[in-house]
Amino acid sequence: MIRFDHVSFTYPGAAAPALADVDVAVDEATLCLVVGATGAGKSTLLGTVNGLVPRFTGGTLTGAVTVGGRSTAENRLRDMADLVGMVGQDPAAGFTTETVESELAFTMEQLGMDPGVMRKRVEEALDLLGLAGLRHRRLSDISGGEAQRVAIGSVLAPGPRVLVLDEPTSALDPTAAEEVLAAITRLVHDLAITVLLAEHRLERVIQYADQVVHLGLGGVATSGDPAAMMAISDIAPPVVELARVAGWSPPPLSIRDARRAARHLELPTPPPQPSRDRGETSLEASRLSVTYGSVVALHPLDLDLEAGSITAVMGRNGSGKSSLLWALQGSGRRHRGSVTVSGQETSGLDPAAARRLVGLVPQSPADLLYMETVIAECDQADTESDGVPGTCLGLAERIVGALDTEAHPSDLSEGQKLGLALAIQLTASPPVVLLDEPTRGLDYSAKRRLGAVLCELAGDGRAVVVATHDVEFVAEVADRVIVIAEGEVVADGPTADLVVSSPAFAPQVARILSPAPWLTVRQVAAALGNPT
Amino acid sequence: MTVRALPRRLHAGTWWLWAIGLGAAATATTNPILLALILAVVALVVAARGSAGPGAAFRGYLMLALVVIALRVAFRVVFGGGFAGHVVFTLPRLPLPDWAAGVVIGGPVTAEALLAAFADGMRLATIVVCVGAANTLADPRRLLRSLPRALYDTAAAAIVALSVAPQVIESIGRVRRARRLRGSPGTGLRSVRSLLAPVLEGALGRSLALAAGMESRGYGRLGPAPTRRRRLGTTLGLTGVTLLSIGTFSLVDGALAIPWAIAVVAGGLGAGAGAVAAAGGTVGRTIYRPERWGVEGWLVGASGVAAAVAVWASGWIDPTALAISVQPLSWPALPSLAAAGILAAGIPAWVAPPAPATPDAVVASAREVTAP
Repeated sequence: MIRFDHVSFTYPGAAAPALADVDVAVDEATLCLVVGATGAGKSTLLGTVNGLVPRFTGGTLTGAVTVGGRSTAENRLRDMADLVGMVGQDPAAGFTTETVESELAFTMEQLGMDPGVMRKRVEEALDLLGLAGLRHRRLSDISGGEAQRVAIGSVLAPGPRVLVLDEPTSALDPTAAEEVLAAITRLVHDLAITVLLAEHRLERVIQYADQVVHLGLGGVATSGDPAAMMAISDIAPPVVELARVAGWSPPPLSIRDARRAARHLELPTPPPQPSRDRGETSLEASRLSVTYGSVVALHPLDLDLEAGSITAVMGRNGSGKSSLLWALQGSGRRHRGSVTVSGQETSGLDPAAARRLVGLVPQSPADLLYMETVIAECDQADTESDGVPGTCLGLAERIVGALDTEAHPSDLSEGQKLGLALAIQLTASPPVVLLDEPTRGLDYSAKRRLGAVLCELAGDGRAVVVATHDVEFVAEVADRVIVIAEGEVVADGPTADLVVSSPAFAPQVARILSPAPWLTVRQVAAALGNPT
Repeated sequence: MTVRALPRRLHAGTWWLWAIGLGAAATATTNPILLALILAVVALVVAARGSAGPGAAFRGYLMLALVVIALRVAFRVVFGGGFAGHVVFTLPRLPLPDWAAGVVIGGPVTAEALLAAFADGMRLATIVVCVGAANTLADPRRLLRSLPRALYDTAAAAIVALSVAPQVIESIGRVRRARRLRGSPGTGLRSVRSLLAPVLEGALGRSLALAAGMESRGYGRLGPAPTRRRRLGTTLGLTGVTLLSIGTFSLVDGALAIPWAIAVVAGGLGAGAGAVAAAGGTVGRTIYRPERWGVEGWLVGASGVAAAVAVWASGWIDPTALAISVQPLSWPALPSLAAAGILAAGIPAWVAPPAPATPDAVVASAREVTAP
């Protein structure tokens, strides 16, 4: 269905090619997963399928991409629209109309489909993606998971043969991600649609894939059966890591297969609990509540954070995680209650003083960056927090490694942007550090690095709070988990107790080895005596 | 036995035609009784046929209308010298230099001056309320959606612009909050630059993403009409614009006899419609769930036009009846033709089907609210 025939691509002005001699065929009714580290060229490869690359990006493409017999070199982007449905990383950015229903019809209107057929297709798309209840809602009022499904529905309605999805679940909580993936697999199995999908969180999708294309250094692609590819891939979900540690071959890809394999695994009990020296309370919130008009975003809550602890705040999209973080920081909206850090109230302070108490890295860290170069950004941060010149750059390089100091901040990778924003906030050396969704868009190695940095911060005696959907990350770094639903604390306790007790929040290792309370591959590897 | 009409949405164009008709009627008169009649009819129809949600918006237009009247009267009080008649009170006159001769500030304020200003303000206010009613009864975005095909691209651009503006405002708020996290107070000239950089960058990135998205979803795929049709469209369009200019000019100027001028305007409108039809007439883009006029729709539109025609005709018969008489002061007359026309525009309160309940108004969405 999709044929990449010796495709090479170089961005304008780039020294090295982003894709080098990619020669891959994807058959009809296949769910093909594209994996690779950040910057390996996943989005570039996806873009070549309908001609977005190079028609919108510029650059030189050699070789040929054909979809269903149609070449992207000879057909304009708009002429591929009936064949290829493309959903980008931020689906909401591509919305062109006002309501869910009209958005679903947009592509069909452009294709000039018969109004009767169009009406029927919209109804089908509403049902297929579970959007019937949202049909009259405004696109500005729907959640991230809903937006993703609307975007898929709108390109799906005209009946394309190929669907191209770039990180469809990266912004979603585990349940919403499940919903989207369930819809996608249904399309492949019931409608024989070919799906090409890029994703960082392999643990969510690998079990559904029929084919894996791996993009390595220098844009070299290898393709094959998921199990075979996972056996050699440098990027692997925890289930595969566990298989490597336990020596299972070929590696199981689903929890079900892994549990079967794990029956013969001899492990000592109980696993060592991660312990970290707890300090005294560094942040104290009492009766803290947040309201927006008549909507209660956060019900009154008491919270103590100990110095040297890492706390994860979890909950579905819209449950009040961000509201909590901003209220703790002091500049966010607050209905009642008080938050004190080392005895000092955080709200009502002038911004420079507030920064020395609590450092917050917002959901889109790029909002914090506004200078033209990395070095200017760091100098600015030093001035803002009366730090010794060079403090910020030193911190940034400790977090993300060497940085091109003359680069524009918006040209950095997601991980580097996050690291820079974190360094800027740490320049003021606040005793409390809050991070909102830091793992969004990070690959496994960037996440590992972030985890190490957070542990280091906690080791220095800071209290760290991370709001996240990423259960694997929580299992790795957090020692306490708070689960929020509709602004109320549903559960609060040590990570090991909490994530094992609830299936939605359990990491893969816990699901495979339950009821034994193992959480991470690292623990298992240590117990088996072969550290990775 | 009474049969209640099934709730359904009328074509957005019907309500706009109705409101423009009433607005046109309002422009032709300063007679407070006729204007009050128009206001009453508009309020009646909005109350009877508006959906539950946007009532607040209509109240906003009513407030705006009151402000318009107050401003008009206030201006006349300050600059109103020179109206002879019954003096109500006298303001101290501001001495002005010679070069400002002709401008008078302060001085005696007469009842006649106040009344004329009030009637004039009321005319403006009535037009504002008519536009507000159209907005309340039919979302202008729906009107954009049902524009003729030749204007589709313009309409699509307008719809996108309408949805982008709130996004930019939202991103300004987000960046300002982030800026405070970095310790800058978020005011002053320097902060504007630091605010604009990420906001503009974001807006630019979004526009590119949107353009790529629209293109890969087939926007503009069905190209323009064939050359011959396009030429025909252009010719008709130019002819229409020329005829319209000549026609309207002579209506104002009196260069042509009124019936001739009207004929020229009508010819211009016809040519314009032909141009739109010619440019958009090819097989191409289709419209999802096109809105229907239906019999009720025609009745609603026609009742608005009837009001306009009746008031204009009444002015043709007896121009003095439409204007408020201030010199000498007298109670305004009630021309029966104009009044009947305006009352006819109240018919939609009964003939138009009730608006269906919009789920938007019912479903209060509790989405992720990141911060104030």
